[in-house]
Amino acid sequence: MFALVKKSLIFFVLLFIPNLIIADERKFNLGKIATKTEIAGWDIDVRPDGLGAPLGSGNAIKGEEVYAEQCASCHGDFGEGIDRWPELVGGEDSLDTHDPVKTTGSYWPYASTMYDYIYRAMPFGVAQSLTYDETYQVVAYLLYMNEIIDEDFVLNNKNIGKIKMPNVKGFLIPDPRPDIANVNGNPCMQNCNSSTKIIGKARDIDVTPEEEKS
Amino acid sequence: MKKNKQKELKINRRELLAGSASLGAIAFSSKVAYSKETNLDNLPPNVPEWTGELGEGVDANPYGMPSEFENNVIRRNVEWLTASTESSVNFTPIQDLEGIVTPNGLCFERHHGGVSIINPKDYRLMINGLVDREMIFTLDDLKRFPQTNKFYFLECAANGGMEWKGSQLNGCQYTFGMVHNVQYTGVKLSDLILETGLKPKAKWVLAEGSDSSGMTRSIPIEKILDDCMIAWAMNGEALRSEQGYPARLVVPGWEGNMWVKWLRRLEFGDMPYMTREETSKYTDLLPDGKARMFTWVMDAKSVVTSPSPEKSILYRGIQQLRGLAWSGRGKIKRVDVSLDGGKNWQTAKLHDPVMSKSLARFTLPFEWNGQELLVQSRAIDETNYVQPTIHELQKLRGVNSIYHNNSIATWKVNKDGTVDNVRLG
Ligand code: HEC
Repeated sequence: MFALVKKSLIFFVLLFIPNLIIADERKFNLGKIATKTEIAGWDIDVRPDGLGAPLGSGNAIKGEEVYAEQCASCHGDFGEGIDRWPELVGGEDSLDTHDPVKTTGSYWPYASTMYDYIYRAMPFGVAQSLTYDETYQVVAYLLYMNEIIDEDFVLNNKNIGKIKMPNVKGFLIPDPRPDIANVNGNPCMQNCNSSTKIIGKARDIDVTPEEEKS
Repeated sequence: MKKNKQKELKINRRELLAGSASLGAIAFSSKVAYSKETNLDNLPPNVPEWTGELGEGVDANPYGMPSEFENNVIRRNVEWLTASTESSVNFTPIQDLEGIVTPNGLCFERHHGGVSIINPKDYRLMINGLVDREMIFTLDDLKRFPQTNKFYFLECAANGGMEWKGSQLNGCQYTFGMVHNVQYTGVKLSDLILETGLKPKAKWVLAEGSDSSGMTRSIPIEKILDDCMIAWAMNGEALRSEQGYPARLVVPGWEGNMWVKWLRRLEFGDMPYMTREETSKYTDLLPDGKARMFTWVMDAKSVVTSPSPEKSILYRGIQQLRGLAWSGRGKIKRVDVSLDGGKNWQTAKLHDPVMSKSLARFTLPFEWNGQELLVQSRAIDETNYVQPTIHELQKLRGVNSIYHNNSIATWKVNKDGTVDNVRLG
């Protein structure tokens, strides 16, 4: 009985699986082919070379309106960031100081990332609600505020990959780690040269959340 | 009749206990707060109150929860860190956990647009770009692929990020708690792409979430085909919503941000996508103003979880020091512990199982008689990488790189047994 089942299983496998593989080279025959329309709705990313940028355009003049209405309440009228919401403008020449200010202008290497991110994630809580044109407009406005393009420059799907960002050369690849001294897994065990002077205590900084005692 | 009376009595006693909770219980939950003080009436030779009555029957809690007495073992956040809880982080209470498995409800959370709630019937995974067949899979489809079950740690690249300049937060949870370790069940991407095929030009994968932040990261194809998986279960049950239910990406040993939750799409391409999360964030700024990019691996790290700022030493005499160690480059080989600020070290006991890219547990017994201690731990992984001091990292990277602080921490045990997070120099 068992042998029979086994035999017919082998028969089944031999008979059918190779056919499937030959049919369309799929190993398990799971899932379905995605249609162009399905892909178009979800494939929203935009690459540094502009690949994926949807048809559309806008300038900073129009962008100022979109920004004032949909962004300024968190990011501030001038992109300065209200309270702890992120700042989006300024910070040039600050990256090598004690207090670096990383913004779209001072830090971001590609304008495509601004388009990609703003379209996919902003306004915070109303993601993917901007039109393509509104997105180009508001990106143009931020680029203008960061003194990267002029007020009337028309940003579009053709030139988004060509905007030269100030910090495009600011990034180092590949990862140089492990960057620490190599001691071959044999660090000092006895009478090591380690300072035991206390130079700081978290307790003194006093920013640790306190437990509520009832 | 008698039963009812018993119940009444029981309730009254609970209410009474609740009333006296202020004696010691810390109010973390809205549940009845049980007294955490010792009740001498329950100690020998007396018969304890719970012996003289029936407890709750089965199904009183169809999904069991931890004992009421453990209600301080919870995730915690640092409110001043972020503008909104939807774009924020909390921390695993590693100081209260044993072994290497993080219970699902205690795994730290990091969201960029809140927790998405997804009906698994509405779940779809799209695979497009440089593949032979652009395809869509349901959750049931994914579960019919060959299955893999693996333990992995997940650590946020910013774990310890507040400690670059000096000791800031006085807690093991706040300084090391952006890590968790669970067993994942899912499908390996190397199996999944047997279905879609792969074009030879495919060198990068964009992983995209369907949450309100549309989280996206680029991952090189070698890593994708090596050990990445799509998981739908953790520790034996479906993913928790806050961990990406119904399916998330698992990128073993690499920074947590890449483990895209609520995963909806994988796009294969021939160059990195330079998303916001790999340019504006998760890049490591150096003193000269340049920033390292694509620093994915989580280097070897360890921490003493007890004693620690939350875990004072309560008694003199024998102590069991406990800690956790992990490495994104493989297995932990050894952990050393120092009680004198790094001058002298002894090797701790590593507990089985020690798995690749998983938390490992270590312990070390020691005597304490009221003296001050400077407690440190130092992990060594199978590549012979030795966990560095903060001074070594500062010399190489300055103090503004936020991410990848895997340095040795120092806990100072005071004469009264309390413990402080301190910086030596
Ligand atoms: C309700 C507040 C809010 C509004 C309104 C809002 N944002 Fe944001 N924005 C945020 C938050 C919060 C983040 C950070 C999200 C995270 O943690 O990932 C952010 C991040 C950003 C960033 C990335 C900043 C960085 O340095 O990485 C950009 C760019 C941005 N927003 C642009 C916009 C634009 C353009 C609009 C209007 C269309 C907008 N935002 C509307 C809250 C807001």
